[in-house]
Amino acid sequence: MGRDCCSSGAQELHVLAVDDSHVDRKVIEKLLKISCCKVTAVESGRRALQYLGLDGDKSSVGFDELKVNLIMTDYSMPGMTGYELLKEIKGSSRLRGIPVVIMSSENMLARIDRCMEEGADEFLVKPVKLSDVKRLTNFILRGDEANQMGSSKRKLWDDPCSWFTTSCS
Amino acid sequence: MERNLHKQLGNMKKSLFDQGYLDEQFIQLEELQDEANPNFVEEVVTLYYRDSARLIQNIEQTLENNPLDFAKLDNYMHQFKGSSCSIGAKKLKNECTQFREHCKTGNGDGCKRTFQQLKKEYAALKKKLEHYFQVP
Repeated sequence: MGRDCCSSGAQELHVLAVDDSHVDRKVIEKLLKISCCKVTAVESGRRALQYLGLDGDKSSVGFDELKVNLIMTDYSMPGMTGYELLKEIKGSSRLRGIPVVIMSSENMLARIDRCMEEGADEFLVKPVKLSDVKRLTNFILRGDEANQMGSSKRKLWDDPCSWFTTSCS
Repeated sequence: MERNLHKQLGNMKKSLFDQGYLDEQFIQLEELQDEANPNFVEEVVTLYYRDSARLIQNIEQTLENNPLDFAKLDNYMHQFKGSSCSIGAKKLKNECTQFREHCKTGNGDGCKRTFQQLKKEYAALKKKLEHYFQVP
């Protein structure tokens, strides 16, 4: 498939990427695919909620088939912002366990604080790099292992190990 | 023959960086290119020019209004800056920042002046990148 890809048998994360910019969606999709993730990219918060089964009609597809391991969303989007999407997700008992990462071109402390307070697991300043994505996916994969062993969930920012797992590329 | 083409490409790229048209982000995109996706960067750039053409048009039209809607202009420019940043278009990114500063201070003339400059940079980069991607 390509460089750095996980060997067969390793878990493949399913990431839901949300961004109104077509260019950014294409780039984040590539970053995630290179990091061995399955990607579903949507252009708005509304679409994301529909995909997650949170918007209106809850019938149709069973949630298990669509299991999402990580949500990466842009902050500034028309209609529903990434922050509002974050609140919806964290407000749902079914979905609040899914890590949410906010991406923003504006490095504003107030904005970062708001997001982290609302339960975001990470705040990435755009443009997002491959090393950011690899660090994230490593963290989530380890988190999944830890969850299976019954240990408590940690926030990415508090995890000292995450700072040493950046790739060389 | 092959070596000359590579050299040509190398020189073009170097000049794009030396002249400040592109920054590190462009290199990041090139590093994402592989056998499965050998034209990835060209695809991203094509997408960028397609989407931003619409934004440029919107900004152009909005600049013709009287009085100027600075909030709207700033919003368009925020989007344009974002995509420009994503492809590593350094000069454009700076022009966008300049434009947004003028929006903040309500400087209509500043906006119009900066926008003219921005359009020039936009067209110049487009030509250079088209040329760059033409080298096999």
